[in-house]
Amino acid sequence: MIDGDAAPQQPDIILCPGGPMLLRGDHVVQSPDGTSARTTRPVSAVCRCGKSASQPWCDGTHKVIPRKDLP
Amino acid sequence: MLIPKGRGALSDTVFELMRTDASSFAPALRTLADHDEDLHITLWALYELHYRGFEDVSDDLEWHPELMDLRRSLENTFEQTLRDRCDESAPEGDFAEAMFAAVADHDGPSLAAFIHREATAEQALELLRMRSIYHLKESDPTTWVIPRLPNTTKAALMELQFDEYGCGDPNRLHAGLFARGMNRSGLRSEYGAYIDDVPLEVLEQNNAMSLFGLHRRLRGAALGHLAAFEITSSIPSRKMAQGLSRLGLPAEMIGYYDEHVEADAVHEQLAVRTICGSLVEEEPGLRDDIFFGVFSCLDLEDRFANRLLAEWAA
Repeated sequence: MIDGDAAPQQPDIILCPGGPMLLRGDHVVQSPDGTSARTTRPVSAVCRCGKSASQPWCDGTHKVIPRKDLP
Repeated sequence: MLIPKGRGALSDTVFELMRTDASSFAPALRTLADHDEDLHITLWALYELHYRGFEDVSDDLEWHPELMDLRRSLENTFEQTLRDRCDESAPEGDFAEAMFAAVADHDGPSLAAFIHREATAEQALELLRMRSIYHLKESDPTTWVIPRLPNTTKAALMELQFDEYGCGDPNRLHAGLFARGMNRSGLRSEYGAYIDDVPLEVLEQNNAMSLFGLHRRLRGAALGHLAAFEITSSIPSRKMAQGLSRLGLPAEMIGYYDEHVEADAVHEQLAVRTICGSLVEEEPGLRDDIFFGVFSCLDLEDRFANRLLAEWAA
């Protein structure tokens, strides 16, 4: 892309292969256990592997679980 | 902060000339560094003129032509050393996958793992003092890169930096979180307080970030370094938090690492995918330099970890 051209539309959600879901903006996210948490950053990483100890947020644990269990 | 103590002929000469506001730095340009530590403390102080400066040195020296000459010559030596150490060529294939794999496949010693299970409180505090040289100006070296980037990469990097700088709230600024943790841990939290105590490896880590950040030519290396730093932060930060908690350190210090578990799980994805990913798409020629930055980040941390773990084992 040349700087003078319009960029493709900025996604609100990015699904990272084998990793979390990146979520742009202010949202309330409900964890598997039913508790809710509000985003606090410009972009948040929501756990998709189910193994994070910081639910609903990603804590990088997907990097140490077997490939077959990755989202 | 006052100018650091000299560690050899070169730094002794340069720092004395800086303190006395000498009109000429010719004697410094004729002096060779005694050893790497002498070179790196000199280079660190020259870089510091561009960050916060020294109370006992004139601000006018920031762009002094002779100091620029000296800095350039020390940087050339250091950059060549970093390139000589990097014997790996950039991996092929999908960029994000290659970058995560390059870091995952790198097998280095882990200070966080040692703090987690084995370290004494004294050793943990020693590590915090060493880390403070960078953490008290966390993210600043990367900020130099912003104006040198294409628009897509610039916007992506700002999204990450905004979070590093507390999203507009000074109480959430990462460097500020670390300073509060230092205070509560009974350590000095002033910027650069422990510079005279840190070994060569810490100076090299800090100088590499400034070198990459301050040269537009090295923007690829700067962002590759950022990505490797973020990729190796989330899980180690969890270990640091648990280790510091085991040792009974204050909640503020543990909180700094807790914050990095979550923040860097986001930042590693942004650094690889939206930041380096967009840069390599727009400037494919930078791919090798991005991986040079990745390797340098990992290698410099290995050198520091090896040094500290060897000292602690002795």
